[in-house]
Amino acid sequence: MEELKTIGTNVLEENSVYETFQYIVIKLGSEQYGIDIRYIDNIVRMQHITRVPKVAEYLKGVINLRGEVIPVMSLRLKMELETDEITKATRIIILKLEQHGTIGIIVDAVKEVVTLGINEIEKVTYDAKEDGLNFVNGIGKKGDELISILDLNVVALEK
Amino acid sequence: MDVNQYLEIFLDETKEHLENLNAQILQLEQEPEDVGTINEIFRAAHSLKGMAGTMGYKRMQKLTHDMENVFSEIRNGTMKVDSNLIDTLFQCLDALEEYNNTIQETADEGTNDNQALVSKLNEYLKGVSKDAAVSVPTKASPVLPDTSEEKWTDIKVGESELSVLTEAQKSGKNIYGLTVYISEACFLKAARAFLVYKAIEEKAEIMVSNPPAQDIEDEKFELDFSLIVISDHPLEEILSLAGSVSEIERVLGGVYKLPEIREPENVETAPEVEQNQNVPSVAAQPAPAKNVDKKALGKPVVNRTVRVDIEKLDVLMNLVSELIIAKNSLVSASTDERSSNSGFNEQIEYLESVTTNLHESVMKVRMVPIESVVNKFPRMIRDLSKKLDKKMELYMSGEETELDRTVVDEIGDPLMHLLRNAADHGLEPAEVRVQRGKPEVGSIFLEAYQDGNNVVIEVRDDGSGIDVEAVKQKGIDRGVITPEQGESMSEKDIINLLFHAGFSTSKQITDISGRGVGLDVVKSKIESLSGEVEVKSKMGEGSTWIIRLPLTLAIIQALMVTVGGEKYALSLGNIQTIEDISPDEIKLVQNREVIHLRGTVIPIIRLNEELDIASSKSSDENLVVVIVKKGENLAGLVVDELMGQQEIVIKSLGKYISKCKIISGATILGDGEVALILDANALI
Repeated sequence: MEELKTIGTNVLEENSVYETFQYIVIKLGSEQYGIDIRYIDNIVRMQHITRVPKVAEYLKGVINLRGEVIPVMSLRLKMELETDEITKATRIIILKLEQHGTIGIIVDAVKEVVTLGINEIEKVTYDAKEDGLNFVNGIGKKGDELISILDLNVVALEK
Repeated sequence: MDVNQYLEIFLDETKEHLENLNAQILQLEQEPEDVGTINEIFRAAHSLKGMAGTMGYKRMQKLTHDMENVFSEIRNGTMKVDSNLIDTLFQCLDALEEYNNTIQETADEGTNDNQALVSKLNEYLKGVSKDAAVSVPTKASPVLPDTSEEKWTDIKVGESELSVLTEAQKSGKNIYGLTVYISEACFLKAARAFLVYKAIEEKAEIMVSNPPAQDIEDEKFELDFSLIVISDHPLEEILSLAGSVSEIERVLGGVYKLPEIREPENVETAPEVEQNQNVPSVAAQPAPAKNVDKKALGKPVVNRTVRVDIEKLDVLMNLVSELIIAKNSLVSASTDERSSNSGFNEQIEYLESVTTNLHESVMKVRMVPIESVVNKFPRMIRDLSKKLDKKMELYMSGEETELDRTVVDEIGDPLMHLLRNAADHGLEPAEVRVQRGKPEVGSIFLEAYQDGNNVVIEVRDDGSGIDVEAVKQKGIDRGVITPEQGESMSEKDIINLLFHAGFSTSKQITDISGRGVGLDVVKSKIESLSGEVEVKSKMGEGSTWIIRLPLTLAIIQALMVTVGGEKYALSLGNIQTIEDISPDEIKLVQNREVIHLRGTVIPIIRLNEELDIASSKSSDENLVVVIVKKGENLAGLVVDELMGQQEIVIKSLGKYISKCKIISGATILGDGEVALILDANALI
C-alpha cells in the first residue's frame, strides 16, 4: 500500500493528471470492448439460462449464481448485432451496478486485463444524427489495438 | 461509547411509551377515577421525560415535563378529567410522536417548541394551582432511604483512589456514595447503567465503581451498582440526574466518609458501621419481596420481546434456503439413480424434518403480533367520531394474531384506510340510524384470525352498506364502464369497481376519506404483500372488508409443472383440483374457452400461449388442467405435464426483470436450474 502510494505520487509529478483504470477486454465479433473492472463481480462460463416470457428480446432469462437468481442479457442483441453463437469461449460477465443491481451479460470471449492511463483513453463525441444508444464512451489505445470502452449504464438501460 | 449508540433504543422505547400512553389515556377517559391507569400513565410520562432528558432533547423534555405535571394533578385528584383535557393530551402525544419521527430522520428533535400546547397545559395547571399548593410539599419530601440498601457504604477503596479522594476533599469538594437500582423489567441494563454514568458525569466525577465499569458495560452485574463520586454540586442534584434515566427504580446516596477520617472518630462511627452490616441480612429480604409484589400488581403482562436485526434474520433465512436447496438436490439424486437404498431415503426424510422445523422456527422469529399496528386505531376512531360528529365504537379482536414482520409494517395504512372508510362512508349519522331502528352508536369491528395458511383481517361495520346502484351510476358517469356493461355486471363485479383507480362514491369530499385515491391503493398494497382483499356488503346492514394475507412469504409449497419443456412452479395455496380433460369437453362461450366441471363453468387458460411457447403435446391428447382459485373466481390452467409437489424457496427476479406480471419470482431446483413461479392471481 505504502509502495503504491509513492509510485502514484511519482507518476503524478511526471504527468500532471495521470490516473489509471483497469479494464477487462472482451470480444464481440471482431471488435474488442473494455469493461471497467470495478463493476465486475464475477465471470462465469455459459450455463443453462431459464427463459423469462414477455420481456425484451435481449433479455435472455435468468441463471443461478450461487443461490442467487441473476438476469442475463445478450450484449449482441442489445447492441443490435446478430444473435449469439455459443462456443466454448462464451462467457457471462456478472456486473454489479449501483442503479440496476446485478446483471449478467453474454460475451463471445474474455481476452485479458489491461491498464489504461487517462491519457490513453480518447473521449468519443457523437453526432446527434445517430438516434441509437451510444454504448461506447471512450476509445482506449493499447499499442496498435483499439479498445472501445463500454458505458455500462447505457448497456444496462432498459429500452 | 456515546449517546448515539442508544438512539435506536431510545426511539423504540419512546414509540412503546407513546403507544402505551395513547391506550391508557383512552382508558382514562372511560374511567377517570381508575388509580391504576393514572399511575401507569404517570410512569410512562416520567420515563419519557427522563429518556428525552438524557438524550439531550430539551423540547421534548419540556413538553413531557408539563404533561407529567398535569398527570400528577390528576393523580392527586385535584384536576378533573374532561374531554377537552383528553383532547389536549392527545395533541401532546401527537407532538411527541412528531419529535420522535424527526429524531428518527435527523437524529435531532427539530425546532418546533409546541408553545401552544405547553401554554394550554399550563392553563390547566393554573386552574388547580391553588389547591395543589397544599398537596405538593407532602409529595416532595424525600423518602428516607433504607440504609441497608445503600450498598455504596460497602465499597472498598484502593489506595490510589483514596489519595485522590482525600485530595479532593481537602480542596473543598464533596464526596458522595451512590447506589443505583435498575428496574427488574429492564432488558438493557448495561445501556441504562451507561446512561446513568453519563448523567452523573455532567455534574460529578466518578472515582470508584462497584462492580467496575468494564463489568457493567459487559452486563456482569445484578440489578444495582454503586459509585463514589466527587462533585461541587449538592447531592440532591446528582440523585435527581441519575434518577431521571428511565427504568431506574431508585437512586440512593449519601456523603461518603473517607476511611482515614473515620479512623480518629472510631468510637463514634463503629456502631454505625456495625449496624450497617447487620441490617442487610434482616432488611434485605423483605425489600425485594415487596418489589416483586408491586410489579405483579402494577403490570401483570410484561411483553417479553427480543429485538432482532431484520438483516440477521434474512441471513438466517438464506441459510435455511440453502439447506432446502441441498435437500432438494439429494432428492433429485436419489430419484435419478433409482437406488432403493432405504438408509439413504431415511436420511432424506430426516433432513426433510430438520429443514421443515428450522424453517418454522425461523419464521416464528420473524412473526410479530399485529397488536403494534392496530393499537393506534381506538384513538383514531375516537378522533374520527369527534370530527365526523357520529357516535361510534371500535371493537377489536385477535390482536395477538401473528404475521411476518414485513407484512405487519406494511398493513397499517391499508387497515387505517378501511377503518376510515367504514367510519365516514359506512356508518350513518345518528338520526338516520335511529330512523332505521339501529342503535344510535355505530359499531366498527376489526377482527384478525388465522385461517389455514392465511391470516384474515376483517373490517366490518353495521352501517348502510354499499349502494350498488349508486356505484354503478358513478362508474358510468366516470366512464369506467359503459351503461351496457353496467346492465350485464353482477352485483359483486360492481362492488369491485370501488377498487378501480380514481373512484370515489362519497357525495361530498371530506378530508377523512373520499379523495378517490384510497381503495385502489389499498388493493395494490395488499396485493404487493401477496394478499387479496374482497368486500361483502348488504344494503342497509353494513359491509365487511376481508383481507387475506399469506403467513409466510419466503418459502412455499408448490406444484411443479412443465409447459413446452420448461419447468414452472405454481403455489399450492391457489390450487383447488387437478383435472384430466378431453379436448372435446372444451366449449366456447363469448369466444373464450371454458369447461363445464361439476356444475360450474370454468374458463381455461392455455399456459403455453401465455408463456409464448409451443406446447409439447398434440392437440388431440387429453389436457391436464390445474384448477386455481382467486378469491371466488376459478380458472383452469392447461399445462403439459405434472412433475410433483415440492417445497420451494422464493427468490426475487430482481428489479431488472420486473415487467413480467405473470411471473412472481423464481426458485432454484435441486439440479441448480432456475424455475419461474407463475402468479395464478395475475393470470386470472
